[in-house]
Amino acid sequence: MIRRVLPHGLGRGLLTRRPGTRRGGFSLDWDGKVSEIKKKIKSILPGTPCDVLPDTSHLPPEHSDVVVVGGGVLGLSVAYWLKQLENRRGGMRVLVVERDHTYSQASTGLSVGGICQQFSLPENIQLSLFSASFLRNINEYLAVTNAPPLDLQFNPSGYLLLASEKDAAAMESNVKVQKQEGAKVCLMSPDQLRNKFPWINTEGVALASYGMENEGWFDPWCLLHGLRQKLMSMGVFFCQGEVTRFVTSSQRMMTTDDEMVTLKSIHEVHVKMDHSLEYQPVECAIVINAAGAWSAQIAALAGIGKGPPGTLQGTKLPVEPRKRYVYVWHCPQGPGLETPLVADTSGAYFRREGLGSNYLGGRSPAEVSRVGWDMLARRHRIIVMKESGFWPGSVCFVHPQVQTAWAGYYDYNTFDQNGVVGPHPLVVNMYFATGFSGHGLQQAPGVGRAVAEMILEGSFQTIDLSPFLFNRFYLGEKTQENNIM
Amino acid sequence: MAAPWVSLRLVAPMWNGTRGIHRLGGAVVPEGNQKKERKMLQFLNNHFYDVEALRGYLLQREMSKVHLKNRFRDKEWIRPDKYGHFSPEFWNFREVPVEAVDASDCEINYEGLDNLLLLKELQSLSLQRCPHVDDWCLSRLYPLADSLQELSLAGCPRVSERGLACLHHLQNLRRLDISDLPAVSNPGLTQILVEEMLPNCQVVGVDWAEGLKLGPEEQPQDTASPVPA
Repeated sequence: MIRRVLPHGLGRGLLTRRPGTRRGGFSLDWDGKVSEIKKKIKSILPGTPCDVLPDTSHLPPEHSDVVVVGGGVLGLSVAYWLKQLENRRGGMRVLVVERDHTYSQASTGLSVGGICQQFSLPENIQLSLFSASFLRNINEYLAVTNAPPLDLQFNPSGYLLLASEKDAAAMESNVKVQKQEGAKVCLMSPDQLRNKFPWINTEGVALASYGMENEGWFDPWCLLHGLRQKLMSMGVFFCQGEVTRFVTSSQRMMTTDDEMVTLKSIHEVHVKMDHSLEYQPVECAIVINAAGAWSAQIAALAGIGKGPPGTLQGTKLPVEPRKRYVYVWHCPQGPGLETPLVADTSGAYFRREGLGSNYLGGRSPAEVSRVGWDMLARRHRIIVMKESGFWPGSVCFVHPQVQTAWAGYYDYNTFDQNGVVGPHPLVVNMYFATGFSGHGLQQAPGVGRAVAEMILEGSFQTIDLSPFLFNRFYLGEKTQENNIM
Repeated sequence: MAAPWVSLRLVAPMWNGTRGIHRLGGAVVPEGNQKKERKMLQFLNNHFYDVEALRGYLLQREMSKVHLKNRFRDKEWIRPDKYGHFSPEFWNFREVPVEAVDASDCEINYEGLDNLLLLKELQSLSLQRCPHVDDWCLSRLYPLADSLQELSLAGCPRVSERGLACLHHLQNLRRLDISDLPAVSNPGLTQILVEEMLPNCQVVGVDWAEGLKLGPEEQPQDTASPVPA
């Protein structure tokens, strides 16, 4: 009733005056003001929704200490360790920005889920060993009150790498390094191989290395879910959106060699919402690039690589998406329960899946990217397997029936196929945690901790990942992984 | 009336040095040229009480010597007392190889297995109903492959078929007990796969018919429902 009366009264009362007649009138557009005042009073009155403030619940917060670009296993791992190692509880606000909340193209979910320590670089071995102990004690690390314990479905069946004559020497030296670092790996001759795994055709195989402990495969979705749950309980903000812009401020400084360098610092991240032009500028102190296969785009947004080639400013982040296919096939008389993940010199690998004589496998993408099909290989099935020389005959699969297949991206580092970790020399507050070329899932816990230590302490504390810094792209020093996987 | 022939159970190598009356007992297979002696001895034993008594006395003397050396004295297993403590005499047996460990209902975990894996001559290991033994722990058992012959995992709540897959290292295993494992998704199929994986081993615990559904003619009749016409 009052609502109906008031506008009338106000309307009549106010409309009788005309703008010019008001003594000492201080505002033009009096009519517009009137309708605004009417609206405000209507909204304050009981019974109407009070929307004086627009709804921003879908937007990320306006300020955040750390923005993690990419919500895959690497990004979540960095966020986890940042919150775990911060000096004061609740001292850091971390925002994780993920473009696709279904993770339909993210490498984590499409991964085969293997973990192994059979690398040639000691850093890689240590990262993998730490990840194994993280996964073993995952219910202590990622415990959330009242949540059920995580079951990673870990199969401790180990990895078996087969080497031909020319790779045998490299494999031997690799195994020596692995044993030194504490991995439990043993070498097997073709005779021992035939004894243990009679279904292997040892023609052309000169040496094999077999991981006995801490190697196998697990469910990556479970790890992702566990990390997400734990992060939400620790107060990390999640946002579904795409990073479209970095607002940077630059500072020109003189090096000791009397050269001018421009140091950039990102102080705002623009996060654009899905299916809309709306974006939120998030003020931040640190940005973590964990965007996986799309890290190069994020780096380009920050101006990395924009400069004359051959200089530090012109060095791009050499990470690109590389597609690889995984096939699941059924073979009734295939290898039994004890089958490890068998990988060959050609990059082809397979493992047992479940108890029903199903196997899954694929081939790691070669250095030179082949023009591949852009869709799932369902139509091409057996043709793909035969044409690309998929299984070089090391294991006899009699009448395999392909059940399903899927494709996923590696965040492939075209420079040396090893990860990029640590800050960029010129964009001082962007930290990388990407480019692991197929090993990201198994090294995520270790890398996350290393990046968190770098941010909080200024240097790597537990595992020294200096060979993985960005500088090597400019200096041309390859941190090559010599093992045959 | 002849006294019953005393057959000895102790193994010959225990007292090789002393011979008594031309070797005591029937555990040692006599060689050809001593058969006549043994027959003579047997004949005398059967006919004369004195020979029998003498022989019995010497035998007793040997047995007591052996018993003195035998520190275990009919105690095969070292068990804790009712307070859960082990007796300090245990320290005397430090160099004796351990053949069997019974860790049932024990809270042993992944790190705790460090201690068991040092026992290079372990033949029998029982991890029944251990609450913290899971698949990761089973993947650690391969150093015992040379000696382990019997393994029992009955009732371990965290062991699944994925952990059982890494038991294939234990090729000397003769008896494996995988009954009552709640985390195994498909016990019958797992049993078959484990039997295939370890051909020389007797796998105990799951009836292969478990998990199979009854055929239509074998459906249990429900007495309460009306009999179909």
